Amino acid sequence: MATVKLSNVKKAFGSVEIIKGVDLDIHDNEFVVFVGPSGCGKSTLLRLIAGLEDISSGELTIDGKRMNDTPPAERGIAMVFQSYALYPHMSVYENMAFGLKLAKIDRKVIDEKVREAARILQLEHLLQRKPKELSGGQRQRVAIGRSIVRDPKVFLFDEPLSNLDAALRVQMRIEIAKLHSDLDATMIYVTHDQVEAMTLADKIVVLQAGIVEQVGSPLELYYHPQNKFVAGFIGSPKMNFVPVEVSAADAGGVTVTLPGGDNLKVPVEAAGVEPGQKLTLGVRPEHMSETGEGDAAIPVQCVVVERLGGDTYGYVHTEGVELMTVQTDGTSRMKPGDNLRVGIRGITCHLFGADDQALPLLERNDLADIGKSGILSGAPGPAPAVH
Amino acid sequence: MASQLIGAVIAIVLGIGFSLFYFAGTNWALDHWLGDRSDAAGNRVSRAHRRESIRPWLFIAPALLILGVYLVYPVVETLRLSFFDDTGEGFVGLANYIWAFQDGEFLLAIRNNLMWLIIVPSASTGLGLLIATLADRVPWGTVAKSLIFMPMAISFVGASVIWKFVYDYRGPDAEQIGILNAIVVSLGGDPVHWISLPFWNNLFLMVILIWIQTPFAMVIFSAALRGVPMDTIEAARIDGAKPVQIFFKVVLPQIMSTVVVVWTTITIIVLKIFDIVLAMTNGQWNTEVLANLMYDWMFRGGGDFGRGSTIAIVIMVAVIPIMIWNIRRFQKEEGMR
Amino acid sequence: MKIAGRYVTGGQVAGQFLLLFLVVIWTLPTVGLLISSLRDKDQLIASGWWSALSSTEITNQGRTGTADDQVETAGGYEIAGNLLPEDSPAEIGFWSDNINDITAYEAGQSAPVDDTGAMTVNADGSYSWVSPEPFTLERGERVFYQAFVPPIFTLDNYREVLASEGIGRAFINTATVAIPATIIPILIAAFCAYAFTWMSFPGRNWLFAIVVGLLVVPLQMSLIPLLRLYNDVGATFGVEAKSYLGIWLAHTGFGLPLAIYLLRNYIGSLPRDLIESAKVDGATHFHIFTRLVMPLSVPALASFAIFQFLWVWNDLLVALVFLSKREDQIVLTSQLRELLGSRGDNWEILTSGAFISMIVPLLVFFALQRYFVRGLTAGSVKG
Repeated sequence: MATVKLSNVKKAFGSVEIIKGVDLDIHDNEFVVFVGPSGCGKSTLLRLIAGLEDISSGELTIDGKRMNDTPPAERGIAMVFQSYALYPHMSVYENMAFGLKLAKIDRKVIDEKVREAARILQLEHLLQRKPKELSGGQRQRVAIGRSIVRDPKVFLFDEPLSNLDAALRVQMRIEIAKLHSDLDATMIYVTHDQVEAMTLADKIVVLQAGIVEQVGSPLELYYHPQNKFVAGFIGSPKMNFVPVEVSAADAGGVTVTLPGGDNLKVPVEAAGVEPGQKLTLGVRPEHMSETGEGDAAIPVQCVVVERLGGDTYGYVHTEGVELMTVQTDGTSRMKPGDNLRVGIRGITCHLFGADDQALPLLERNDLADIGKSGILSGAPGPAPAVH
Repeated sequence: MASQLIGAVIAIVLGIGFSLFYFAGTNWALDHWLGDRSDAAGNRVSRAHRRESIRPWLFIAPALLILGVYLVYPVVETLRLSFFDDTGEGFVGLANYIWAFQDGEFLLAIRNNLMWLIIVPSASTGLGLLIATLADRVPWGTVAKSLIFMPMAISFVGASVIWKFVYDYRGPDAEQIGILNAIVVSLGGDPVHWISLPFWNNLFLMVILIWIQTPFAMVIFSAALRGVPMDTIEAARIDGAKPVQIFFKVVLPQIMSTVVVVWTTITIIVLKIFDIVLAMTNGQWNTEVLANLMYDWMFRGGGDFGRGSTIAIVIMVAVIPIMIWNIRRFQKEEGMR
Repeated sequence: MKIAGRYVTGGQVAGQFLLLFLVVIWTLPTVGLLISSLRDKDQLIASGWWSALSSTEITNQGRTGTADDQVETAGGYEIAGNLLPEDSPAEIGFWSDNINDITAYEAGQSAPVDDTGAMTVNADGSYSWVSPEPFTLERGERVFYQAFVPPIFTLDNYREVLASEGIGRAFINTATVAIPATIIPILIAAFCAYAFTWMSFPGRNWLFAIVVGLLVVPLQMSLIPLLRLYNDVGATFGVEAKSYLGIWLAHTGFGLPLAIYLLRNYIGSLPRDLIESAKVDGATHFHIFTRLVMPLSVPALASFAIFQFLWVWNDLLVALVFLSKREDQIVLTSQLRELLGSRGDNWEILTSGAFISMIVPLLVFFALQRYFVRGLTAGSVKG
């Protein structure tokens, strides 16, 4: 367990700047997720913390000590790679013991540590096997086990679940959450999957093109996105964006004209907003009403309907927007070709200016403080998979 | 000169043309004579079945014929000849073999081959590995590798000329034009006639083969090293391993099978070494090797087929087990059934 | 420590130096050969190639004119002339009439010679010997000098070796051997490999197994019986035992197993659907092969072609057995080896001859490195 702090950290490869100045404060025992599209620099940032790449400028401290020039092995970190990086010629036991052997730790101590880690991860019966004899999930656990034995201050995960199939991913997600609660460790986790981010994180760091777009708890990002990028990245299905024009702006909010002519008042700060200005309205599919309930409605034509049984997604078209997503429950009777009026409420909408920044909400949405995903501490883990 | 050129071009064209003609011609003939016909009622009778069962043989006939004559027959015949006398007429049983293992030259050749076998593969493999590793992490590595690779393109004889130049010896009072002697003299020593030095001269011949074979090892290892997943190396860094430890404990074990293949391949080449010894010393000064000896006996005193064949068999017996093993491994690597 | 803004360890720097050292040793012998082949042949023998760019020092002597050559001048009598041979590029540095002290006088200096008068010898070899009394020499006086010859680079060695040492002819012969010996095996092997992959006929599998088995046979095994066979055939039919046809077929035979093995591997990896849709379109195997499979197999064909071409071009043993040393048949490697034996000390011939034999492989190598490397990894299986 440790704190990690980045101060204006920059990283350039040759003349290309990948990380353009990142400030971050990670607290003891926090589970922080770096998330963002491909190429945003999240893996690079992780590798900078690990010491696998040099920091071009800025400072990294772990537990208050400057780490810029310290080699990886001395930073007190452990890393789980996307492809697990197991030593193929060594057994599971030897893989986990390797680092400790290099540190010349006593054989008995090594044995204790390895067996303890194996116990936590249910690997005891696999200790003598070679990696090629293991399944994906088992290799994943060995990779985690190798990190645990080092007793690191900070665990680093680089997209560890990307190589697993969907079902396994869900299971491993729960195991990692359980690991966090059992081990009481600081964990930094990189993924491009926003579902993993939402379910595992105490704090999410959204990155784009080497810059931090927003930092906050999962629900904080869901309810109070600070810009269009974060708003569109967090939440699945993606938020709908509708181009609108301002008709009025006062202390109660900004009123915009929707496609179809209805006016909608959105409770955001009106400072600097003029009638006639063009803005972008953001509304999540789950906040749209197929029956037209709400403060205002948009006339749409249904183009595609996807029925998943429990949910139904309707892809609709309206003036100015190619396709919007409307989420309703399984009982919807929507059909392609239907003309509907989709209802929205001002309180669940967001407005973004020409610079893609969100206009601040007049009132905080307290749903953002419900809390984060969690797991019962000490609960027995999921049954060992048969694979 | 011009007429020579024209003659050469004609020979080349004829040779290639004939083979092309064979394939095109026979296939056309097949299609023509066993083509689909119409029967009395005007229906189309397909003779495809007969035609297509003949066609494969057209495709493989030349290959089978040539292989039979040039490889199958000789193997059998060499074995047979080894039991006959120098003209190949009189049966002598195991006399040739008995002679061989008592013949001073033969035993010397075996001793030399053994020396070559121990030194050259290990030196080439080791150096090749070293160079591949070093060149991997340097931006000018590709250029370095190309330069070192160049000796592989030239003939053994060409290489021998180059190194004979390096080993050149002039009398102690003359100016040395061979690099090696020049260095020795500039350090205060006397020039040496390297290739006649007893026992050590073999080493100087081996250097030539090492010079040529190391790039082979280097190329194969370069590819193999690239196949080692980068994150096993990074994981080792995080585990606290120093670069040398990473190499020996993480990288080398992962390319071990390649090391073995390279080693055995070079071993096979060494067993058959001929050109270098022929060009540099022709076996003089106790540098004789088996392949050279065999060639010698093929033409000595009008040609002694019996003894020459015997030596060929000895070479084969040494080479074949290694080759079989090598091919098996190669097939495994390629994932072939 | 930091170099150019990146962290480098001491080990990394040492590694780079080691690599540099190895590269230098590896290229030095060849460089030496190349440089030497371009030097004037006397200089070649006189000094190491590493001093090719500096002048060579030679000592020699010249004779002055005799009393008959003297000319009467205002102050006395003069004998003049030039000590150096005509067209000599040498420059005299020191001279003397005493063989034990050649560097007694500098060029341009005057000194008595044979205790008579004063001679001045200039750097270009011209001398002027003046004496107040008439000269009475009957024989020219010997004057010794130490001269410096600037480095001379020339293509003469190449000209000589091409024209009069048979290398030019050998080059053509080698091409005559190598080109068909590359193309014919490929043709035959390609058809055969295709048949093994995509055609069905009885015994296909074990025939292929035999072909792979033949990979194992070392070259040496085949030589003696084939030599006898060729001799017998030659005697029976009254034809030449040693001919180009013979060596083409021999190289084809030796190269076929590897070629078939490699090509079969490659052709087998082509998508099955391609072949089958062509069959549905009505193509015969011949058409499928020539129009579809061959063009697609170019990378594999190229790899093998280069490997085989270089192997044949650089081969010595097969050429020694199946071809004669006659002028119209001898190949470069054989010719080079002959020169090593008979003209062992004429380095100007050896160096240029060797280089000519290496030019083609080197060009092929540099131009087509990628394919060569690929052929290498597979060719490691070749006997």
